[in-house]
Formats: sequence, structure tokens, C-alpha cells
Amino acid sequence: MAVAIEIKDISKQFKLYNEKHTSLKERVIHGGKMPYTPFWALRDVNVDINQGETFGILGRNGCGKSTLLKCVAGIIKPTSGEIRVRGSLAAMLELGAGFQPDLSGRDNIFLNGSLLGLSRADIAKRFDDIVAFAELEDFIDNQVKFYSSGMYVRLGFAVAVNVEPDVLLVDEVLAVGDASFQRKCLDHVRKFQREGRTIVVVTHGADAIRQNCGRAMVMNHGQVITVDEPGEAIRVYLADLLGVGTLAGSESGGIAGNVLHIETVRAEHSGSGERPHLYPGEALTVIADVEALAPVPNAMATIAIHDDQNELVFASDPDDPACAVDLPEGGGIVRFSFPDVPLLDGTYAVSVGVRSATETAIFDWKDQVTKFEVANPRRETGRVRIPLDVSFELRSTGHTGEVPVVSGGLFEPLAGWEESTA
Amino acid sequence: MTLGIDRPAAAGQEPERPSSIGGSTRFIPGQSHDRVTVVNGKVQLGQRLKDLWTNRDLLLLLTRTELKVKYKDSALGYAWSMLNPALVLTIYFVVFKIIARNHQPHFAIWLFAGLIAWNLFNNASMNATGVVVGKAGIVKKVAFPRELLALSTVGVAIVLFAIQVVVLVAALLLFGIHPDFTYVALLPLALLALVMFTSAVAVFLSAVNVYLRDTQHLTEVLLMAWFWGTSIVYTYGTIFLSGYQKNHPSLKWLQYVYLINPITPIVMTFQRAIYGVTQYSYLVPDTSKPTVYHVLPTWGVGIYAGMVGAVLLVSIGLFLLALIVFGRLEGNFAEEL
Repeated sequence: MAVAIEIKDISKQFKLYNEKHTSLKERVIHGGKMPYTPFWALRDVNVDINQGETFGILGRNGCGKSTLLKCVAGIIKPTSGEIRVRGSLAAMLELGAGFQPDLSGRDNIFLNGSLLGLSRADIAKRFDDIVAFAELEDFIDNQVKFYSSGMYVRLGFAVAVNVEPDVLLVDEVLAVGDASFQRKCLDHVRKFQREGRTIVVVTHGADAIRQNCGRAMVMNHGQVITVDEPGEAIRVYLADLLGVGTLAGSESGGIAGNVLHIETVRAEHSGSGERPHLYPGEALTVIADVEALAPVPNAMATIAIHDDQNELVFASDPDDPACAVDLPEGGGIVRFSFPDVPLLDGTYAVSVGVRSATETAIFDWKDQVTKFEVANPRRETGRVRIPLDVSFELRSTGHTGEVPVVSGGLFEPLAGWEESTA
Repeated sequence: MTLGIDRPAAAGQEPERPSSIGGSTRFIPGQSHDRVTVVNGKVQLGQRLKDLWTNRDLLLLLTRTELKVKYKDSALGYAWSMLNPALVLTIYFVVFKIIARNHQPHFAIWLFAGLIAWNLFNNASMNATGVVVGKAGIVKKVAFPRELLALSTVGVAIVLFAIQVVVLVAALLLFGIHPDFTYVALLPLALLALVMFTSAVAVFLSAVNVYLRDTQHLTEVLLMAWFWGTSIVYTYGTIFLSGYQKNHPSLKWLQYVYLINPITPIVMTFQRAIYGVTQYSYLVPDTSKPTVYHVLPTWGVGIYAGMVGAVLLVSIGLFLLALIVFGRLEGNFAEEL
């Protein structure tokens, strides 16, 4: 198999300036010195991407995946190393990046097409296809600044895919437009795959990788963690993301795939049925229906809770023996019980997973699969309710009197509050 | 596909694109893969030039875009673009002809002949300085030879130049002035040298301004000094051919220093060809003896051609140098913007 993109020892250093002097005046004043901290966005990245392959790059924000893509596209120059790209290349880093708002859609197709490396004649030949693909027949002579954001990205996508490059670089832009347009984009990507073109997708969504890619690479801190088939790469990525220890030796290989599935996950609390939310301090139970094709002794159930800002609120201890379950063939119901949820107002997302005890394989992981809501009837604010006790005593003599001030009041049963407001 | 690129497999040939059959393109894997793009930290001048050539369509399009956005493709829009040069011309005319009582015949044509060349250089340099910063959106997201942005400002300046030429020709016909056609033949060469020199300056300034944003303000001031250092409003003859120079032959070297400014020979060629007069005599009232005023040196076509040719050669060198500087600075554009 011929190599489409050869990435050899690519490193990229960014300079993080403490204070950036962008004018000659400032440079003269500061004697030309600009202290900076070197930051390696990419460190010795080596990978070969084959022709006709759909290759995914996974990683957290700031792991260097977009920087790598920009290096391949030639938008930024690597500090060291070399990239060889065979054939024509088009990069979709931001749809409609080159659009001029004051020009018509027609003019912008020509401009954007040229920026992507097409000649005028080529664009003229594809013009009708592009307009039809973007579904903008009626608006093609309107100025782009009057387009809706949906029309804008549709036009951008239509131009980019109709360039028909040998290598297409995509940076998390496939989720554009309405459902039917997304369908069309996906069909187009499939057509590209069938035609044997090379596609490189950068994302932090594991599902897109699983569905579309033949191989995937996981990056962290500018370095390649692994290059593997999607299932294994996603497992490594999730393990890395959740910090479930190091997964150095991936001897698990076979079992990770299809042994076990989490079918459904739902959250219940003591007030379920009466009200959609639970009160702080109430019990919460997360119930996962797990299907196992083979007995899995000593499986570790893991759970994580994220708030609506996608900040991790809680993740279970991966080594807690209390989380170990022996799953027989056929599986069953796994219950995660929190007797006392100290969270305050908000909507929280629950992720549930099952992995092997040796931390080498994640059997299944349902990311943010269900939600629960907490409503605090009282007036504390913040994220969690921390048990609080306030006492008072006089400074003067050695005499300590009874201090009956505000203690204990915060944790009286909630029912009492409901009665008092009723 | 811009940075230090070489395509050893397709040396000398146009890169092959997927062959097109009917409306849609049939893709044959492996066929168009003989073209290899290499991205690394190095800048190869030859490849830069080749990329500029293969992207000439884009240059035209960027120029057209700029014109469209600025003048909305309307006749009135282009007429509007002439307002500024017309005003400048009027001011100089009023100040020097009417207020300062300059006796030079057809002074407006003299001004116009020099300004037309200067405006091209001035327009492009001013606009090029801010062009990369102004188009940060494209520069950060799309890969293409970014020099084209600077060159597109030269393109716009050339179009505005062409419009001014039309106005100038109309003015010549109106006043019944005959250009010196022997020297008019030199104008294409002079224009080429001017465009080359302007391109070099534009490419250089556009890159430097990304790093030193006050280049824009410096450029403005420097261009003003440069303008007055060139014989556009006044005449070359006033400085070097009048009595003072004749009385101090030891100061002849000053003339060569003055001519180092590459714009000067170009402007002088424009003036020599269009204005067509090297000296005029003026009868000062109350005296019987007419005084002869020198405007331009009485050099033959050969000397003018030599000067312009030298400017062209130097400009080509400067342009290549500017491309190298641009290439060095270009690598970090996406971070700096």
C-alpha cells in the first residue's frame, strides 16, 4: 500500500510570550528582549498514512492534533521534521474560511476554489455541482453576508468537497447544517472512501472515529500515544481522558471488542415519579443493563459525573473493590448507589463503563448517557453542599456556657421545608 | 502547499489533476499521485516562484475581489477611486502654479506624468503593508502562497494606474500636447521596472507588518519623505541643471546619489515621454532677455533605457530577496496573527 502522507519527526514549538511586543516602538523600548516560554505543541510525531485510508486523530483539547493537521496542510511550518504529501490536498479547517462577505456566493465559489488550488476552468466546470450540493440555487448571486450561518457552512463544505482532492483533511466540521445536509455530507465522505481517496479526520468525538475510520491515532501533549484500529485507539483515548491509570501494555487485544455491552442506563432517585429533580442529600441510583456474551469475572464498574459545563464532578476510584462485579454470561443489572448526593443545583450527566480488573481493557463505555437534575430548595449556592456547623462562645472567663446557636439546622429533613412552604 | 515545497516527481511539468469525464470527476487512485508536496522548515526560492506561477489565476481573482469589494464593479465606483489622485493633483497645481507662480507651461501635465507612476508605487505599498494582517482569516485557515496577497495590492494599483492613463491621454488630447514618442517606447519597460520594484517593496512590507504592526505608520511617513525626495512636483532640472550646479561642478556626485532612488529614473522617464519637454524659456516681465529653465536632462533614449534597465535588474534582485524574507517570516504567520 502506497503512503499518502508521510510524517517524519515533526516537532513544532510555539513561543508563549509573557508580554508580546508587536510594534517597533515597543521593541525599541524593551531593548528587543521578549521573554517567552517554549511550548512544544508537537514532539517527534512519526506516522505514515496510507492511500485510500480514512485516518482519525483523537485527543483532548490542546493535544496538538489541530496543529499537526495545519502542518500537513502547510498553514504552519514545523520547527523540525518533514511531511510528504502525495497528490493534491484540500484542508477543511474551518468551512468558508476564505469567504468575502461583500461578494456574491458565485464570486466566493471562484475565490474559495482558487484558494484550495483549483484553476478557473476547473471551478467553472464544477460550479453547477457545487451550487446544487449547497442547495443555494436561489441565492447564489446574493452577497454572502446575507447568508444564514447554515447556508454559509453549506457553501463552504460544497466547495471543499468538490475540489475532489486526493487527500482531504477535516477538522471537526462534519456536523454542519440540518439533518438532511449532514446525511449528504456523510454520503459524500463515503463516496470519497469508495473512490480510494485519503481522508484524515481530527476530532474528540469517539463515535465519529468508530463509524468512519480504518485506523486512528491518539495524541496527548503533542506526542503520539498509539496508532491502532479504532476500537483499541478509542479505548486508549478514553482511558487517557479519564485517567484510569496507565495502559502501557495493551496485551488485552481480543477481549476489548465485543464481550460486553451496556444496553441501557437510567438514573433514579427517591422522588422519581413525583418530580423530575432530586433534592440535595437524597439518594441516587444509576441502573445499567449490561449484556455479556461471555462470563466476565471481576469486572470493574466505573461511573463518572459531569456538570453542564462538561467539568468532571466525580469519577469513581478505578481500584475500589466495592466496584467489582462478577458478570455471568448473559449479564444483568449493575446498580450504582449514591446514598447521599451532596450536589447543589444543576443538570449532571452520568457516564458508565465496565473494564477489566487489570486495567488493560475497557469493555464498554457509555459517555454521558443519562442525566439527572438537582434542585436545591434552600439558599446555599455553589456546586456541592458541604456539611456546616457554626458555634459561638464568649472570649472572657474560663466559663464555657451552652452555645445553642445555629448548629445542625442545615440538615433537617427536607420534608419539613416542603410543609412549611405549603 | 506553500512552504518550501518541491515536487521532484513532477519536475518541469504541470501537476496532473484527476482527469475529468463529463460533469463529474472520475478518480483513478494512483494516477495523480506522482505529485509530492513536501512541507518542512526550509524555503526554496525556485519552488516559491513556481508556486506563484501555478497560482496566477488566484492572483487575478484576489485582485478582482479587492476591486469588487472596494468599487463594487461600477463605473461610478472607479470614478470615485480617481477622486483622491485628482484632489492631490489639484492641490499641487493650485499651490505651485497659482500661489507660488511657477512659470512652467502645462504644469498640470508635468505633475500628472510623475504622479501617475508615483501613485502606483504609493497605493500598492500602503495597501500591501496591512494586507496580511487584514486577511488574517484566510491566512490562518487556508494554505496558499501568501505573497499573492501582497501582489494583489500591486494588481489593484495597476488597474487604478490604467484608469489614470486613460484620463491622462484624454488630458493630452484636450490640451493638444504631443508626447515624445521616441521615449514613449520606453514606457512599457519603465512600467515593468516600476511594477517589479513595487512588488518587492509590497511583499517585504506585508510580511514585516505582521511582526511589527507600527510598520504601517512608519510606511506612511517614509513614503511622504520619499515622495518629496523624487522630482515629481519640482523638476530635476531645478536642482541639477540650474545655475547653482553649474557653478559647483564638485557637487556633481550629488546627482548620482539622487538617482540611486529607483523611483526617480522611472518617474523621469514617464515625464520625459509624456511631458516631452526638457527646457522652456520664460520672458520675465520688465526684462528683454528670456531666461531658459531646464526641466529634464537632454539625455538620449539610450541613457534613459540604461537607467530604467538598471532599475529593473535591481528590482528583480530585490523581489527575489523579498520573497526569501517573506518565506522566512511566513512560517509563523498563523501564530502571530
